[in-house]
Amino acid sequence: MTAKKSFSTMSAGQIALSILKYGFLLGLTVVALVPFVWMISSSLKTSIDVFSVPMKWIPTEFHWDNYLKIWERVPLLVYFKNTAVVAIIVTFMQILTSSFAAYAFAKMQFRGRDLLFMCYIGTIAVPWQVYMVPQFIMMRSIGLYDTIWALVVLQSFTAFGVFLMRQFYLGIPNDLSEAARIDGLSEYGIWARIILPLAKPAIATLCIFTFVNTWNDYMGPMIYLTTDLNKTIQVGLRRFIQAYSADYNLIMAASLCSLIPVAVVFLFLQRYFIEGIATTGMKG
Amino acid sequence: MTASHAESRRKMSALEKRNTLIAYSFLAPNFIGFVVFTLIPVIFSFALAFMDWGGGSNITFVGLDNFRYIFKDFSFTKSNLGIALKNTVFYTLMTVPLTLLCSLGFAMILNKAVKGANFFRAVLFFPYVASLVAICVCWNFLLMKNGPVNQMLNAIGFHMTKSWTSSRDLAIWAIIIVSVWRNAGYYMVMYLAGLQGVPGELYEAATIDGANAWQRFANVTLPMLTPTTFFNSIMMVISCFKIYDVVAIMTQGGPGRATKMLVTYIFELSFGGENIATSAQYGVASAVSMVLLAIVLLVTFVQFRGEKKWVNYM
Repeated sequence: MTAKKSFSTMSAGQIALSILKYGFLLGLTVVALVPFVWMISSSLKTSIDVFSVPMKWIPTEFHWDNYLKIWERVPLLVYFKNTAVVAIIVTFMQILTSSFAAYAFAKMQFRGRDLLFMCYIGTIAVPWQVYMVPQFIMMRSIGLYDTIWALVVLQSFTAFGVFLMRQFYLGIPNDLSEAARIDGLSEYGIWARIILPLAKPAIATLCIFTFVNTWNDYMGPMIYLTTDLNKTIQVGLRRFIQAYSADYNLIMAASLCSLIPVAVVFLFLQRYFIEGIATTGMKG
Repeated sequence: MTASHAESRRKMSALEKRNTLIAYSFLAPNFIGFVVFTLIPVIFSFALAFMDWGGGSNITFVGLDNFRYIFKDFSFTKSNLGIALKNTVFYTLMTVPLTLLCSLGFAMILNKAVKGANFFRAVLFFPYVASLVAICVCWNFLLMKNGPVNQMLNAIGFHMTKSWTSSRDLAIWAIIIVSVWRNAGYYMVMYLAGLQGVPGELYEAATIDGANAWQRFANVTLPMLTPTTFFNSIMMVISCFKIYDVVAIMTQGGPGRATKMLVTYIFELSFGGENIATSAQYGVASAVSMVLLAIVLLVTFVQFRGEKKWVNYM
């Protein structure tokens, strides 16, 4: 309505209001982004200049070599590789097992369905911290302690993924699967050829959710990984920070690098992501 | 007639059986993993709360001893559990309303036809996905003694002489600020979805009745958004009670015990704090997590009980 009004037909009050609105939005944007801008600026300074008084947003000299130094100090590349392996496998497994299990919950009738589903929902409500200790003891006893595979098995089968996919499947009309059933398609066929292609938005949402959560996971790797070369980026970065706590510039450069993969995934898929959250209303 | 009826019934049940088997085959890959890695640990954690176990081969049933231990000399200023509880509750009470306010405000502005709404939405959402350690350490620096925030505050007449994270009074606020900053965009998206569901006719009717912008907001928008607010506040309260990672990275529960949270305490008991090496007390840790679980369930229950009083469903 207001968007279609041309500027000339707006009253002075409306103009003032929209200036105020954009001014406020711009202010918010600054607040949201200022830490990132500061990160970039500090990563290009010498460590002494980072906290200079008064502070400078633009470094007097650009130290691009900071970005080379960080790779020599700690095995950052190994951390990246470990995290990528975990994030990619977990994301793949989640999508596969969740979309499969959700089909039974949403599109099939069988005994005990609702009870099983209640079990799933029930564990979503239990904070992970409540059962992390027994989980840890179990993983240690099957020899997965201090390997990234502990993180992979822990995060591959979540109730959350099943819930998210089920909610989306429920919105797909049953007539479609009924018609296919009459045409002689097996349940697996219906899942693969009818439901899955229609569920692309949900898959995209689960994909980004899982990837981002796994990439940013701090507590899991912190409990499970002790050997330096097994660490993922979040705990690796933490180690870097503790070891070189005075090299503010290098810390910021390494932090910025750790942001890049999620930022890229987010930029490309943010539309799906944001819409997916709004429709499923869930959080990982 | 009756024979064929019985036969068709038998066929039905055979079909049903087959159907059930197929359904289980769909569930199996996820379900097996779910049972082994989630359900069993959940059940085990209940048992562990009544055991004494340091991780070795000695495991003994001790009844309520673990609970007696954590509630011993309970006080909000001295005992570990009391302090952790007090900090967690304070953090939750501050973070939830602040985040709700910010996210609702953002959503209200973005919901009006603004050019570049998608851009602003993405920008405000980005902190939520950004790498946790990176943003926490960045905020740590921003809030340092000579950091930009203190410089700004000093410029407008405050006397900030300490890093936020090493000040007893401000450390918890550092955690709150980062949490609000990080999550507001996420809940904003929820509110935006909620706002889409408010019928335009309601606003038109209110305008005809002579309601001004503020009255429309207070009498149409807010009541219509109560389901979203309800959902958001439940999710937020639960996640606030589980706060750990931001604390672990920014303050490690310090200075002293100023930002020690329930989960920080559980963590220390089971894995030793980040810098403290103590022997594991898995049973006690489980007892504390039962307290956490009880609180989360209780708060959720109370919120659901109150639901009818203030939430309007169409």
